[in-house]
Amino acid sequence: MDEMNLTAKAQQIRADIIKMLYTCQSGHPGGSLSCVEMLMALYYRVAKVDPQNPQMEDRDRIVLSKGHACPALYAVLADKGYFPKEDLWNLRQIDSHLQGHPDMRKTPGVDVNTGSLGQGVSIAMGMALAAKHKKADYKVYAIVGDGEVQEGLVWEAAMAAAHYKLDNFVVMLDHNGLQIDGSNESVMSLGDVVDKFRAFGFECYKVDGHDLAAIEYALRAPVSGKPKFICCETHKGHGVSFMSDQAGWHGKAPNKEEYELAMKQLGGIN
Amino acid sequence: MGKSLRVAYGEALRELGAKNDKVVVMDADLAHATMTATFAEEHKDRFFNFGIAEANMVCAAAGFAHTGYIPFVSTFALFGAGRAFEQIRNSVSYVNANVKFGLSHSGLCVGEDGGSHQSIEDIALMRELPGMTILVPCDPIETKKAVMAAAEIDGPVYIRVARPIVEDITTEETPFIPGKANVMKEGKDVCIMATGLMISEALQAAELLEKEGISAGVINFHTIKPIDEACILDMAKKYKAIVTAEEHSIIGGLGSAVAEVLAGKSNVKFERVGIMDKFGKSGKPTDLFKEYGLTAENIVQKSKELL
Repeated sequence: MDEMNLTAKAQQIRADIIKMLYTCQSGHPGGSLSCVEMLMALYYRVAKVDPQNPQMEDRDRIVLSKGHACPALYAVLADKGYFPKEDLWNLRQIDSHLQGHPDMRKTPGVDVNTGSLGQGVSIAMGMALAAKHKKADYKVYAIVGDGEVQEGLVWEAAMAAAHYKLDNFVVMLDHNGLQIDGSNESVMSLGDVVDKFRAFGFECYKVDGHDLAAIEYALRAPVSGKPKFICCETHKGHGVSFMSDQAGWHGKAPNKEEYELAMKQLGGIN
Repeated sequence: MGKSLRVAYGEALRELGAKNDKVVVMDADLAHATMTATFAEEHKDRFFNFGIAEANMVCAAAGFAHTGYIPFVSTFALFGAGRAFEQIRNSVSYVNANVKFGLSHSGLCVGEDGGSHQSIEDIALMRELPGMTILVPCDPIETKKAVMAAAEIDGPVYIRVARPIVEDITTEETPFIPGKANVMKEGKDVCIMATGLMISEALQAAELLEKEGISAGVINFHTIKPIDEACILDMAKKYKAIVTAEEHSIIGGLGSAVAEVLAGKSNVKFERVGIMDKFGKSGKPTDLFKEYGLTAENIVQKSKELL
């Protein structure tokens, strides 16, 4: 898929996210919209996955550790053909396989249950260590939120990843700068998060998190003997003017007027 | 002779590891206390130390389980079941990940280390988790059987491993079927339902009661979850009274599990022996057991009060 098509695809994924949240009247738009290109770089460009065979033994594992952003993941998985797109409009309903946070037992293509922050990245580290032990050559990608890295568990996992020299393990940070109660700066400053991961023994990259080519470049950069960290600079609510960079859009659904405006801005593709 | 249950645990892991190459063992800087070091000596490439980071160890174990391994996770009971509770809940139990917890230094028998290290609530925490099997071996033989049984169960298992050196009470031939309580001694008047280290106290209590003309039975609940409901209801019909005994808080452990089965189904007289809703403290284990009422004498007294 060329760049033009991927840009249109990103718009469509965003429109799907908005429609999902509007339909079920709950969920997390801000952090879903911010990580769209990160997921796309993995699913459309870099990761070894097969929608026809979600359990393929040597597939790359993709762990959305910031599980609340799962509408973005579900939209991508549906587009890739893991399940029918109509399923998206049943998000969070009692008979849906699309849970409020990702569930590996219910949703084809979901590798790990996440939602309790910090745990996904730690499980992903364990999967990468297990892959090394098995001498399997797949990679494990963990997408974490910036509020999430306030969890101590993230740093326990980071320490272990460097200790075990997991060069098959990649942590991608969706650095939109906002969390529920406000900016990272005002709630609990991350300091220089890239420096911190570097100090923990990661090979670090910093990219525009809405630039697919830049993310892909960092994902493909070779590393040896150490885990990789990619700080993706993003905007919460990206693509929808009134949601962009607004902490208030962390966890609420749009009303009818907001939905219509958002869909108009996103080209109304759905 | 006698042997510490943690020593038996380490030996059982080593043996299991030789039979099953999917078994990996993880520890959090306590390999020489939990005795996972015994496994590590022989299966070095399948032993992973995560340092003093229990939450990460539990999630990493889930990652291994998702990759087809059978991880056994060990640390002190308090720091596994307690500190990492939510990791066990969400990353393991919630997805029925095939992770086994062999958590040692449970209960008051940690002794001198004191209340900060004495896990008196681990069974209660683990009982809350759907799908979790809870095994509490009473002697070295049962400890080995618990490890082997855990590896055969598809899903999470919690094994409570006590620290002290204890004599074998059961034999190699004694059945060990998870979920099925073992009758250790038949009786008529009072049925003592015990688990773990309290089995030997229960057997002594039965002897003391016999001397006073009271016929006591003893049941070994090596499995707290799934609890053997049929056995409990059967005993409730056969006996005049039931007394439970455990080295755990009376809230949420074996006594609670038995009470939950009996409630609404039986009018049998019932009493619990356990730690009475308070924390432990430093002391020799035998002194602590006396002070906290975890003794044959207390079981005898509770039995007589009921009859």
